[in-house]
Parts: sequence; structure tokens; C-alpha cells
Amino acid sequence: MISELTRGERRLALAVLTAVAILGLALAVAGRGDILAVHGGLIMASAVVLMFFVISGYYAPEPGEERFAQYYDTPTKAGVVLAMIWAVIGMGVGDWVAWLLVYPEMTFDAAWASFGRLRPVHTSGVIFGFGGNALIATSFHVLQRTSRARLPDQFSPWFVLIGYNLFCLLAASGYLLGITQSKEYAEPEWYADLWLVVVWVVYFSIYLRTLMRRQEPHIYVANWYYMAFILVVAILHIVNNLAVPISFGSAKSYSAFAGVQDAMTQWWYGHNAVAFFLTAGFLGMMYYYLPKRAGRPVFSYRMGILGFWGITFMYMWAGSHHLHYTALPQWVQTLGMTFSVMLIVPSWLAAANALLTLNGAWDKVRDDATLRFMMLAVVFYGLSTFEGSFMSIRAVNSLSHYTDWTVGHVHAGALGWVALITFGSIYAVVPWIWKQPSMYSNKLVEAHFWLSLAGTLIYVFAMWNSGIIQGLMWRTYSEGGTLAYSFIDSLVAMRPYYIARAIGGGFFAVGAVIGLYNVWMTIRQASAERAEAPDAPVVPALARSLQAGE
Amino acid sequence: MSVGDYDPYTGQRLTGHEWNGIKELNTPVPKVVWFFLGVTALFAFVYWVLMPAWPLGVTYTKGLLGLDEREIVREKVVEAARQRTWTQRIAQEDYAAIQADAELMQKVRQAGRTLFGDNCAVCHGTSGKGGPGYPNLADKAWLWGGTPEAVAETIRVGINSDHPQTRTSQMLAFGRDQMLDRTAVLNVVAYVQSLSNPALANGPEKDAITAGKAVFEANCVSCHGPDGKGSTEVGAPDLTDGFWIYGGDRQSIFDTVWGGRQGYMPAWEKRLSDVDRKILTLYVLDLGGK
Repeated sequence: MISELTRGERRLALAVLTAVAILGLALAVAGRGDILAVHGGLIMASAVVLMFFVISGYYAPEPGEERFAQYYDTPTKAGVVLAMIWAVIGMGVGDWVAWLLVYPEMTFDAAWASFGRLRPVHTSGVIFGFGGNALIATSFHVLQRTSRARLPDQFSPWFVLIGYNLFCLLAASGYLLGITQSKEYAEPEWYADLWLVVVWVVYFSIYLRTLMRRQEPHIYVANWYYMAFILVVAILHIVNNLAVPISFGSAKSYSAFAGVQDAMTQWWYGHNAVAFFLTAGFLGMMYYYLPKRAGRPVFSYRMGILGFWGITFMYMWAGSHHLHYTALPQWVQTLGMTFSVMLIVPSWLAAANALLTLNGAWDKVRDDATLRFMMLAVVFYGLSTFEGSFMSIRAVNSLSHYTDWTVGHVHAGALGWVALITFGSIYAVVPWIWKQPSMYSNKLVEAHFWLSLAGTLIYVFAMWNSGIIQGLMWRTYSEGGTLAYSFIDSLVAMRPYYIARAIGGGFFAVGAVIGLYNVWMTIRQASAERAEAPDAPVVPALARSLQAGE
Repeated sequence: MSVGDYDPYTGQRLTGHEWNGIKELNTPVPKVVWFFLGVTALFAFVYWVLMPAWPLGVTYTKGLLGLDEREIVREKVVEAARQRTWTQRIAQEDYAAIQADAELMQKVRQAGRTLFGDNCAVCHGTSGKGGPGYPNLADKAWLWGGTPEAVAETIRVGINSDHPQTRTSQMLAFGRDQMLDRTAVLNVVAYVQSLSNPALANGPEKDAITAGKAVFEANCVSCHGPDGKGSTEVGAPDLTDGFWIYGGDRQSIFDTVWGGRQGYMPAWEKRLSDVDRKILTLYVLDLGGK
């Protein structure tokens, strides 16, 4: 890895790591006596370990000019492995907290094991750890292929990938320590947020610098989606996290917003995190890997354009549907609801474009579990976007709000769409970049597919039932005009569904473990081959042309 | 590949773009898509016209229907209160009259069950039977009195709570605070156990019980009374009745005498309305502890 960096980049890496180590030290010193010191130490330790790593390879020969004839895939490889590791962590903790809801006493009287601390480890672990790493890894892969241009340099992709994972580590460890700003999906505190801004700006610059050097006349729709994801997430992240730390020696900060403005900002962020992190980014993934794997042209260029602008324009308004029947003024709720209803059309347009692309390749969908992962993902995308628009209608929301129906809806999208499209894309990209004919075991891919499908269905059906029962119990009145059920009655009614949900989630998490194993064995297979390979023929590396589909 | 080439499978024209092998068909957007875009946009437009929708500086478009969700809720709450005549009877009539009215008590049981589940069940259990440290409300034993007025007062001010008129009670830590030595504690525990189980008095622990009686008379009678029947004035439990809050086995009683006890019950005066507390009083008494 270090041998792929030029001497100048190695010096840059050392300089950046030194700066990060000093920042970590500064945080640790300023935050002594505060929990912040732990994170300062963690940042410094990470930087120092990486410095040793860079120094150990510092005098390795520099990469030759021939690198410019190849795409730079090592960061993608690392990103794929990190995504799968985070998948196992995030989904494992998810199933843990699912069981915790069945057995609430399972906290060992330890603060870190309480539901409130473990749940964000699950949500951030799967959204940012698994989803984010998969987006970064695949975006580098797709960007280079569809632009016919190599990444601009060898240092910045590593900065983005490693810097991003440092953010994820600060987030997850912070939750266990009790560091949170209590904003859903934006829990990390000010110093982690600032760090992510730096990482994200570099990420966007990689995109722009590569696109500027593209050798294709047009920018492929996948790249529009990836760019929308990067750009809008930056805006959302910065605005929602505007806060004032109580001091530079404290992990605690106070938001710049208060009351209903705070709620609105948070859900403008929260819903657009769904829109631009969990939808736009993964649509970018889908638009490359699905047609590529199916070997079919995209069904409609025009539907691609209309879908893209429809989704990016209308999602921006939809956040207030999270705050129906609250202190938020009714007119804001109206706008959120009506734009959410209109949003169904561009959402289904994107889903239809993907499914119709499979026309002429349905035999492959039948035979190839990887393509089937992507097909099923698109089906779930269509289902959950329909459900989302439906639930945003105020009358429906009055039943569904605060119930498990919301949880089921989120997981129909997160398991059914986000995770399945990611697994499909990873199973497609891993053999390509490790130069293998296929995954280590296609049977394991098949097993993973059925575990994922069964897990998602069990999960979603359990939560639909549970949510609707909950919603009905909470609004049922006795003839005397008082509530017919206490909250604790509804908890008792939930229990069987919580068990079912934990089992479904367990299926899904086991699938992720199988996926990690399969990816790992494919990599081992690739490196074993390399070790056994006979002497390479004397061919000038520059003459090696890039293969389609690589 | 150039514009005008056809995809053999669909017969559609290709756009001529190609990215690493991915091509695009120039399929027109289906009419049904435009239709549904129109339908949803029309729905949105009509909704905006009828309901509060767009901001106008410091105000907003109110909508032709003039509906305001908060006004609607306010009216519904007033209307619901007006229709709930039975709660007015609860507020006005005395306990005995309500308890005598089977129809009204039916309403109390319905509303009381939910109120109890939402406010009391966390400690006392959904059935009111309590648990270790939390009194059973469905039995005949009452720490602070089992009349409706006494129960209502306990709910209103709580026990050892932050209410200025709270009921206050403490069982001292006789062992830990070195008021009694270990032997004395063991003896008084044996005596206390014999109060609800007189057969023990002639058993093998006869001497310990006798010694314990002396300890009891010197230390415990001020609260629990000379006969151990307790006092609802100071919340001292009756030790002769076989009902136990913290357990009636030897070890539990020992822990109580050694380490003391100070239960806590929150005051509900500011958290529940007068009617709700009255319903809860009636509900609790109806559980069986009359």
C-alpha cells in the first residue's frame, strides 16, 4: 500500500498524520478530566500507528509511470473489506438490541450495555460504517470506469477512506462511553463532526478532479447520484451540526438551534440522510453494477434524467413529515406531506428503469444470485418508497407515528434496498478487482441471498403487525371516554413480534457473516494464485490495455 | 456505437453514450409517468389551496377550508370532557356512594386499569400485587391506612417524596449503625418471625425468641407498638399479620433490621388530576384490599 504512494505523497502522509497526532494530543490535554481525553488519545494513537506504517514503507521503490495506465483500486479493495466488517459489527449489534427489547434485563447493570448507547452503535454502524464504506469504495471504482480516468492521486483516496473510518470509530466508541448530542443519525459530537467535514471536502474534491480529467463526453447518471450524495450530505451535516462546544476541553456541545427549529433542522437532516445517503448514493451504485452485471443497456436515458431531478428536488421538502401533529406549524407539515406524495413518481421511475433494464436478462436473474440481490433490492426500493409516501399522509401518520411500523418501514428500506444492493454490488465488484473468475463460493452467495430475503420478510412483517397493533391500542378508547389500554399493555402485546424481529434480524446478520467469509476467501484465493504464478512474461506494463468490465 | 443504432432485444434506439460497456436506450418516458406526475401534482395543488400551506413572510396561506389542527384538537378535548359526565360524578360524590353504584364502578375499573398501568404498575405490577420492596395493594395490609381517605392521601403526597406534606417513614439500620450487636439482631429477628408464627415460640429457638422480645421492647415498640401490630400513623408495618414487603424469611428480616429500610413513593398531586387520583384510589381499593 505504501509502495503505491510516491515519495512526495509519503511525505504528505507523514505531515498530515503528524498534524492529526498533534490535534489528538491537544484534545487529550485540553480534555483531561473529561471523557474527551479518551478520544484525543484514540485519535493520537491511530495517527501514530499509521505513521509507523508509513515510515516502514518509506524507502520502498516509488510506483512507476505505468500506474497511469491503470485504475487505482487498492482503496476500493480496502473499502469493501471495511464495509463487510462494519456490516457484521453493525448488524450484530442490531440483533443484540433487538434481543435486548425482548429481554430488557440483559444489560449486566453496565451503562455501555444500555439500549440508549447500543442502538446508535447499530444505526451508525450499518449506515455510516457499512453503507458509507461501501459508497466510498464503489464510488471510486465506478468513477474511474465511467470517466475513463484514474483517481487524481494516491494519497487523497486513502485520506478519505481512513479518515472516514476514524470518524466511524469515534462515533461508535463515543456512544458506548456516553458521548452523544442526541440527534438521531447525527449523534457524534463537535470534534468528530468537524473532522468529517474535512474528510468530506477531500472526498468531493477527488470526484471533481477525476471528472475534470474524464475521457468520456458525458457524465454517467451513476456519477450524478454519487455527487448529489456527497454534496448534499456535506450541506446537511454542516447545518444540522452547527453547535457550540461548552469548551475546547469538553466533549459536550450545545446546538445552535432550539425547540421546534431544532426539531425541523434535525428532520430536514434526518430525512435527507435517507434521501441522499441511503437513496442517492445507492442509486449510483445500482446504475453501474446492475446494467453491468446484467449485460444490458439501461432501459431509458430519459427516465434516468427525470428520476434524478425529481428525487433530488422533491426529497428536500419532505423532512417535515417526521413531525406531523407536533409543535411544528401545520403549513410546514402540509408541504412535507404533499412533496412526499409527489415523490413517489420519481422514486418509482428509478425503480422501473432498473427493473426494465433487466428485460432480456431475466434468465441471469434466475441463475445468478448476485444479480438477484440487485433485482430484489430494486423491488424493495419500490415497496419502501411507496410505503414512505403513504405513511407521510397525515391521516396515516396519526396511526403509524411512534410505532414499530416506522421501524419496519426503515428496515424494508435499509435491509431490503440498501443492504441488498450493496451485497449485490460487492459480490460483483470483488471478483472484478481481485481478478477472479467468480466469488470463492457461489453457493454461499446463494445462501446469503435466501437468508437476507427470509430475514427481511420476517423482520418487516413482524414490525408491520406490531406497529399497527401498537397504533390501534394507543388510540382505542373505552366507552367511558378514557384510554382502553395502558402503554404497558401494548408492550406485552409487542413481545411475540419482538422475538420474531430478532430472529429475522439474526438471519440477516448471519448472512453478513457469510458474506464477509466469502469475500475473505476470494481474496485469499487471489493472493494464493499470485504467489503460485509463474514468472510474468516480459511485457511492458504500459502496453496493458484496460479490459472492459474490469 | 452511434445514435440510431438499435438494441435488438427491445427494438429501442440507443443514445450512443457508452461508459465502460454500459449503454443507454433512448426509450421515451412512458405516458403513465407523466400522468401520475400530473395527478400527484394536482393533488398537492388542491391540498395547498384548501389547507394551510405556503409561508408568506410572517404569516402563511390559511387555506379555503379554514381548518386549523390545534383549534380542532382543542374543540375535541372540550367536547370529550363535556360528554364524560361520569367523571363529574366521580369528582362530586363521596367514596361510599360511588362504591355502591355498580355502573359507575364499572367505569372506574376501566379507566383505573389504564391509569394504574401507566402510572403505578412499574413498581406495584400490572395486577397491583407488588414485589420485593413494593407493597402488594391487593391484600388486606395497609402501611398508611386502608380507608379511601388514607389511600387518596398517600397517592397525593407520596412516601418520603419531595412533596412538602409527604408521608415520612424510616426503619433504622440497627445493625449497620451499631445500635444493636449481631446477636441482638439475630434474637430480635427470631422474635419478629414468631409474631406471625406463634408455633416458633416453643421451638428450638425458644431462648433466642425470649431474648429478642426484650430487644424488641427496648428498640422497636415506639413505631411497631408493644404488640408488634404497627401503626398507620407512622407507616410502621404490622409484624403479626404474615404480609411482608421485603420478605418474611429469616434472611430478609435480618437484612431489614440490620440495614434499615426507607421506601419511596412519588407524590402524584402535580402529575395526576384530582379525578384521576380519586379513580386510582377507588381502583386500588377495588383490587381486594378493603
